[in-house]
Amino acid sequence: MLAAYLAIPFFLVVAAGIGLFALAAGFVLGPRRPDPRKAAPYECGFEAFEDAHMPFDVRYYLVAILFILFDLEITFLFPWAVSLNHIGTAGLLAMVAFLLVLTIGFIYEWRKGALEWE
Amino acid sequence: MTMALSGQYMTNGLLAAGVLLLKVLAVIMPITVVVAYLTYVERKVIGYMQRRIGPHRVGYRGLLQPFADVFKLLLKEVLVPASANRFLFLTAPFLALVPALATWAVVPFWRGAALANVDAGLLYVLAMTSMTVYGIILAGWSSNSKYALLGAMRSAAQMVAYEIAMGFALVGVIMASNSLNLDRIVVAQAGGLHHWYIWPLLPLAVVYFICGVAETNRAPFDVAEGESEIVAGFHVEYSGAGFALFFLAEYANMILISALVSIFFVGGWLSPFEGLVPILGKPGLHWLALKMAFFLFCFLWFRATFPRYRYDQIMRLGWKVFIPLTLLWIGLECVWKAVGFGPWF
Repeated sequence: MLAAYLAIPFFLVVAAGIGLFALAAGFVLGPRRPDPRKAAPYECGFEAFEDAHMPFDVRYYLVAILFILFDLEITFLFPWAVSLNHIGTAGLLAMVAFLLVLTIGFIYEWRKGALEWE
Repeated sequence: MTMALSGQYMTNGLLAAGVLLLKVLAVIMPITVVVAYLTYVERKVIGYMQRRIGPHRVGYRGLLQPFADVFKLLLKEVLVPASANRFLFLTAPFLALVPALATWAVVPFWRGAALANVDAGLLYVLAMTSMTVYGIILAGWSSNSKYALLGAMRSAAQMVAYEIAMGFALVGVIMASNSLNLDRIVVAQAGGLHHWYIWPLLPLAVVYFICGVAETNRAPFDVAEGESEIVAGFHVEYSGAGFALFFLAEYANMILISALVSIFFVGGWLSPFEGLVPILGKPGLHWLALKMAFFLFCFLWFRATFPRYRYDQIMRLGWKVFIPLTLLWIGLECVWKAVGFGPWF
């Protein structure tokens, strides 16, 4: 059964090879005329004022945390959905209960304003 | 004796590896050609929608335009900004490109014709398509440019928001097919047009396709690039071949999303006339290609007609419309599963 997965590493290698080939071709075929102004980060013609690695809005972290919660729930749903025909009504109801809890949590987030982006 | 035997195994192994390599190339090469011509078709279609004629100088009716573009991009200087992290800057395009091409390993082109016909196919698809976001974040961060960082942050938050709705939509498909194997998902839809999952799962199909548009950062969800506000977002500092790789990845992802929508919701390689018309009813690659062409046309159509969403609107659509809608539909499917419904459940 595992032999079926053999094509995947081949795909990864070939895809990376295409990328390497294109990048190498770019380095070989393209000109190279370095210039400090050309190598400066683009800022609409101005000199860059400061390092661009500045702190960013905390809401991005909030979105990331919510994403992890929901993504885990999705991975939890996958095996359940595959085996629906074998687990009977009890299995179905168990997940309905779980989804209800999930929905309550979702409504809480919504009411708390965690999903607002103003 | 044992030496000769192991030598024979080695040659057989090498032969098998060579054949597999050729098969992989036979999938990836056509995809790159389709990417090249998709850029041409995009410019033509959008041109005609805006009452222009689009590219028409290079070759007959501009048909050689994509090749001219490729040569132009490869002949440009590969610039690495002085303040950038050189290693990450050059790695980022690979992180975007490799998943976009490698996901094709599990896509079935006709019955049993996936190169890796694996049982966890759908999990592999999800894992690979999630990887793309790393390429974008790394590109934006390593460029050390403010526009690039802004584009990367926007794109990351947007992609994770839509990935959840995408995952829930796929749970709906698995509930109907009871399999993660892409081949079996299509086979489960055999038996005629009315067996396709688009009928009971129409909202999920729409959500999945729109999420696909958002995941590929295409208009109207292209705030990560947003030419008019943050010039080109995460790839503002890329030139020449590095830019070409991001471009290739974006278009390969568009084609991939079209293939996946076709497989999950409209029966992949199955014919809409199955069991009705003798010759047209035969399944085959051409049906998958036709369905993909339709969805690809939608990508271009959206770009020509919809204005760009505002960022808070995008986040609201993802979190407050799509996620509740998909959750609701999963609940509805639970009911259908319990009482039985049509040919699907």
